[in-house]
Amino acid sequence: MKSALRQGIRHGIPIGLGYLSVSFAFGMKAVGDGLTVLQAVLISMTNLTSAGQIAALPLMVGGASLAEMALTQLTINLRYALMSLSLSRKLDGSMGTLQRLIFSFANTDEIFAVSSSQPGKVGKHYLYGLMLAPWIGWSLGTFLGAAAGTLLPVFVRTALGIAIYGMFLAIILPPARKNGHVCFVVLVAVALSLCFHYIPGLNQVSSGFVIIICGVLAAAAGAWLFPAEEEAA
Amino acid sequence: MKWSVFLPYLAVTAGVTYLIRMLPLTVFRREIKSRFIRSFLAYIPYAVLGAMTFPDVFYSTGDLRTAVCGVAVAVLLAWRGRSLLTVAVAACCAVALAQGFLLLVP
Repeated sequence: MKSALRQGIRHGIPIGLGYLSVSFAFGMKAVGDGLTVLQAVLISMTNLTSAGQIAALPLMVGGASLAEMALTQLTINLRYALMSLSLSRKLDGSMGTLQRLIFSFANTDEIFAVSSSQPGKVGKHYLYGLMLAPWIGWSLGTFLGAAAGTLLPVFVRTALGIAIYGMFLAIILPPARKNGHVCFVVLVAVALSLCFHYIPGLNQVSSGFVIIICGVLAAAAGAWLFPAEEEAA
Repeated sequence: MKWSVFLPYLAVTAGVTYLIRMLPLTVFRREIKSRFIRSFLAYIPYAVLGAMTFPDVFYSTGDLRTAVCGVAVAVLLAWRGRSLLTVAVAACCAVALAQGFLLLVP
């Protein structure tokens, strides 16, 4: 086995273990919302993204339009465009167009973070190794959560309901602490989100559009008031 | 969920997510010139995740009191820069403990 491939696999294992637990909660929630085990696993195998999948569930169950689904996914996952752009400059000559088409499927937050922190350029063997364990962990965790989630006692299931939000907090709080501008953007987004949940009239707007409106307005306010923010604050 | 309803949703979510990741790696390889757009893209993840977390997290356990305990623990650990896994697991444990406490002391 090529050593770059082996190194990639090794670097992917901790990511895969982390995904296993979070996707377990996703699988449990998906089945609770009325999807079959196979449907939940298919979503994870083809999407490989936490926030996008979580936001997709109420839209599917609520019968949202495909346009709302597409716009919601676009807004939530827009960050990947930035990561892909940044990673593009990090790839070596072995990453031709076909390799880029394959690898871009797996450019998650964590895989991006690990591959961009490698010294020098990265090639296809390393990247294919790196995407392996996270993809398996994400799909397997979803299957376990979807298939076995209902076997767990109720108090464990309700406790797991907060897991994904814990992960979101772990993503947004450290940069918000270090950077006042990021903190401002988060606070604006949260304030808008609270308005859309509790103000009569506004609370009729469906969940996908709430995410789109809050996300776009808060990020635009930040970009307008505090430009020149470099990528991944 | 009926497959005839599910499959179009699956195609849209997977398709949009893939295109967002794929296009900048293959087609648009130029750097973004506009400072506003670059800043906007840098801020978007924090704005989206903030809006997705609040107030939904307070309803994630079915009991506001246990959710508040979970949020408090998650915020404390995340603020200190602990890993995603640590924060997620600790929040779940806090909720489980709070549930146990509420059972004992109604």
